[in-house]
Amino acid sequence: MPHISLRSLNVTYRDRRALRDITVDVPDAQITTIIGPSGCGKTSLLKSLNRLIDLSEEARVEGEVLIDGVNIYHPKADIIALRRKVGFLSQKPYPLPMSIYDNVTYGPRMHRMNREQIFQQIAELEKDRSLGRLCPESTRLTARTRRGGEMDLLVECYLRVAGLWDEVKDRLHDPATGLSVGQQQRLALARTLAVEPEVILADEPTSALDPISAKLIEEEFQFLKKKYTIVFVTHILRQARRIGDYVIFLYLGELVEHGPAQQVFTSPRDEKTRAYVAGDIS
Amino acid sequence: MRWRRIKDSLATRSMYLAVALANSIVFLVALGLFVKARPILATTSVVQLLFSSTWHPLRGQFGFYPFIVGTLAVTAIAMILAIPVCLLSAIYLSEYAHRRVRELVRPVIDLLAGIPSVIYGFWAVIVIVPLVRATGGALGSSTTGYSLLAGGIILAIMVFPIIISVSTEVLQTVPVEAREASLALGATRWETVKHVVVRSALRGIVASIVLGFSRAFGETMAVLMVVGNVPKVPTSLFDPAYPLPALIANNYGEMMSIPLYDSALMLAALVLLLVVAGFNLLAHFTLLRIERRS
Repeated sequence: MPHISLRSLNVTYRDRRALRDITVDVPDAQITTIIGPSGCGKTSLLKSLNRLIDLSEEARVEGEVLIDGVNIYHPKADIIALRRKVGFLSQKPYPLPMSIYDNVTYGPRMHRMNREQIFQQIAELEKDRSLGRLCPESTRLTARTRRGGEMDLLVECYLRVAGLWDEVKDRLHDPATGLSVGQQQRLALARTLAVEPEVILADEPTSALDPISAKLIEEEFQFLKKKYTIVFVTHILRQARRIGDYVIFLYLGELVEHGPAQQVFTSPRDEKTRAYVAGDIS
Repeated sequence: MRWRRIKDSLATRSMYLAVALANSIVFLVALGLFVKARPILATTSVVQLLFSSTWHPLRGQFGFYPFIVGTLAVTAIAMILAIPVCLLSAIYLSEYAHRRVRELVRPVIDLLAGIPSVIYGFWAVIVIVPLVRATGGALGSSTTGYSLLAGGIILAIMVFPIIISVSTEVLQTVPVEAREASLALGATRWETVKHVVVRSALRGIVASIVLGFSRAFGETMAVLMVVGNVPKVPTSLFDPAYPLPALIANNYGEMMSIPLYDSALMLAALVLLLVVAGFNLLAHFTLLRIERRS
């Protein structure tokens, strides 16, 4: 069964319909890109997958989103567990108003994870060799002996996974707002990964970044897809070509076409997709 | 072309002048008060004036201690009562209330800010004073109800609208991304408010409290009507007190034939001004510290 599957999802803002009858399955352990012109409902679709859409008072959601077979819009759905499972990376990174260190530990602290749970989580992260980039043996040993060492280990591990460790290891206790935007985005990624989600939603995560930082983030995603299911919204076609394995094309709130990236980009079935991919409409 | 340049420099200069004028008022007021207070400062030492509790104008003894304590106590009570209520209201309005509730409540709060203080005073005499009297009686202290507590309560009510409306606005300026960042990690709404929203808005919230404080320090009319006005250091909440503004308002223009009386009241005004200024400076540096930390 697919991890995420949408069943006639409709989203309306007051009288304006942002998404119309979307039914699609998102494949596991791949990067699915959602493409389409501005205002076509990409972000609404993304935010309805972890119910961040609840934050806008005007939005009304109908239909079902099944994650691991559970409808997340069921009145009794556990939103906290859902958001822990489905991580989110926003367009503009927002460092929490605390230190770099505390940004990474925020999620685990909120979930009241204890020492053993954290060690276990790290052990599982490291067992999965696919991610590589591990903490050195010495860090792991000292973490065991010191009080609070599990958090130090957690911070180092996830900052390494996010590719930020070397740049910030000497100023972990400085305010996170002092980082560059590109670093903030990688910090946001480390923060998201620290609660061990299964899915990562990314809302144009490179659009506020300079080209070099954007490239770093893209590479980061290429590398994370071995372990996580990724849904990546972008309005840059070339980016979707570079990183996407699967493509969902939205146009004016409707799902026009979806399929493996190769097929959608080379032999689209729908006329609108063909025009969009060719750059005739945008 | 020349005319345009002249107009430009004229505009710059007149704006500069306006700012200079507005800013110099503080110093002019302080200077005026100081000049008028000099006669009494010449006869009695400052320490004596500030820390003596004897207030016998006829005998030439002017001790401001009870008044200073009265001012600080009534303000402190007001702030202790006001801050939690205001912050919780502001958080509710900004983070939890539906937009329609917010739109309904906002004008009511603004209205509250516009009520003349004498009306608050009357209302306090009719409602709060008897309430305090009854409470005091129940707790075994015989009070008239005209007390520190009554003054503190009415003052708290008067600063509500300032702190609530300013903090609500400040909280709403925190970008929605801040809430998303926290909620997306599985934090609850309250955790998000506590760790992220309030922390991001801390500077503005402190500023709103300072605004409330400044108003509370100087508020005269309503407090004067319920606080009892007895020049003694209060020892309990149910004791009457006599804050500086009330002293000045009650006595200036009366009994001016008593030597040095007029000068003593000017000094009282100067002390009040310095207390408020000192508090504002303190708040300013606190804000700077907060800013540097984040």
